[in-house]
Amino acid sequence: MPTRVLIPAGALGLGFDEAALWRGVKTQPDIICIDGGSTDSGPHYLGTGTSKYTKAATKAEWRLLMQARAAAGVPLVVGTAGTCGTDSTVDWMYRITCDLARELGQNLTIARLYSNQSSTALKTAYAAGRIAPLWPEQPLDEDLFDSCTNIVALAGAEQIDIALQTGADIVIAGRTTDTATIAALPLRRGDHAGAAWHGAKIGECGALCSTNPVSGVIVIEFDTQGFTVRPMAEGARCTPQLVAAHMLYENADPNILHEPGGYLDVGNARYRQADETSVTVTGAEWHPARYTVKLEGARLAGYQSCTLVLLRDPHYVKNAATWCARIESRLRDEIRGRMGLSPDDYVLEFRRIGQNATLGDLETARSSASEVGILMVATAADQAVAREIAKLANPYLLHFPLRADEPQVTFAFPFSPAEWDRGAVYEFCLHHVLGLEDPMQVFDLRVDEVAHG
Amino acid sequence: MARLGEIAGKIRSKNAGPFTLTIDIFCEEAERFATICSALSTARVAKLYRQKEEDVMRFELPRLNVLKFSMPRPTIQGSLKDRDMHASQWAWILSELDLNI
Repeated sequence: MPTRVLIPAGALGLGFDEAALWRGVKTQPDIICIDGGSTDSGPHYLGTGTSKYTKAATKAEWRLLMQARAAAGVPLVVGTAGTCGTDSTVDWMYRITCDLARELGQNLTIARLYSNQSSTALKTAYAAGRIAPLWPEQPLDEDLFDSCTNIVALAGAEQIDIALQTGADIVIAGRTTDTATIAALPLRRGDHAGAAWHGAKIGECGALCSTNPVSGVIVIEFDTQGFTVRPMAEGARCTPQLVAAHMLYENADPNILHEPGGYLDVGNARYRQADETSVTVTGAEWHPARYTVKLEGARLAGYQSCTLVLLRDPHYVKNAATWCARIESRLRDEIRGRMGLSPDDYVLEFRRIGQNATLGDLETARSSASEVGILMVATAADQAVAREIAKLANPYLLHFPLRADEPQVTFAFPFSPAEWDRGAVYEFCLHHVLGLEDPMQVFDLRVDEVAHG
Repeated sequence: MARLGEIAGKIRSKNAGPFTLTIDIFCEEAERFATICSALSTARVAKLYRQKEEDVMRFELPRLNVLKFSMPRPTIQGSLKDRDMHASQWAWILSELDLNI
């Protein structure tokens, strides 16, 4: 049965064209799906179990989507709720939804899908050989599971389908693959499996596959042969080139996409302009495989303090690398002598903004900038130590001369105090899959009725 | 000698998850695609990003006139020494690479 999926944007919190949303509702979609997160903004969000986007932006956009859902009379699904898709951000999204249900006077069945994993269960699975590395392989031992503040498994279309089968008006899913929410209903209704996954990948970034990426809203119609993608913004067009190129985006292999129950191969896909604005795609193949879910973990890497000093003196700009190297050497001596720390107790970095701050050792260009910013980053096991290191650097960054016999030099600090604390910093540490007998084995589902109508 | 970025169109780098860097070179038309594919070896790309050559995956996509490379991220995304959370600026050293053509 043809299935029409309305995708309002690449992520909740990014914004979308409201007129295009209502144009999408008029196409009579069968479901509205939006992604709520990604690892792309770094490990902080998974480490802390918090959202990158503000509650205000999320609530304002979710209000429109809840109104669109009520008007269309179809389910609304958010995947990877609250950036990282931990249990805490699923509940955060649930509270926002309950507030809006009250404000909008809506009666709702709300399903929550939880993706957090217990380290105890993962240790058992690891011992049983059910956890396998992905490429590029990252180190793993039993202790790593306990060191994570959050571990999530990426749910696929199967778990989303089960959540939809509860009759939920709204599904708030924890960590899912980017494609799972979009592929679930077409798969349930017997549309072409290759097309369901391929269309889901093309649609997961909203209107990025069109000539008006920021407008967000697209509608994808799936059937037993393929799918057709259509942008909803006034004047926006999809072209075969733009649609095909989207498989490249944030994907290591341009033809293959791995999902929990198999993989998609688009090597033989055909793209044609269906009408002025839409593109029809056929020929993608789905290859079922053993059921595995990807794991993501984040753990505390330390506490950080930073300081920034600016060099405008041309001689010091030219010799900034030498200046930093000499200061670093002196500072390391002082950290050992005055603080009693060994080099293993801290991480110290000097990043020369204007010279190598973006690419570090990989930089190949020579800078001709008239000024350089020296961003010094100190990381240690606790905040007080990191801050002490940053403060210990201050006299050097203020007055350190390249030649001992030159008159006193002084450099520019933009802030007082010169140092600032960045707090706890996290790191990603799992790049593995977990084999499952049953897709729901490591996910939990909760369904609530909310009545305000 | 010509820089890759002067021959190709857009060159884009991005995360493909926290552990992988992927770079897309949009060559825009068939002739430039063929020129770039023959002038840019996987070994040079590996050296530029300090990777082992066998760790760099190369995809030549004539339908899109795109040459794509994927490799382990030079620093894991968001790790202490990482400086580019979205891996978006790494494309520029490839764009500025001189090709012997």
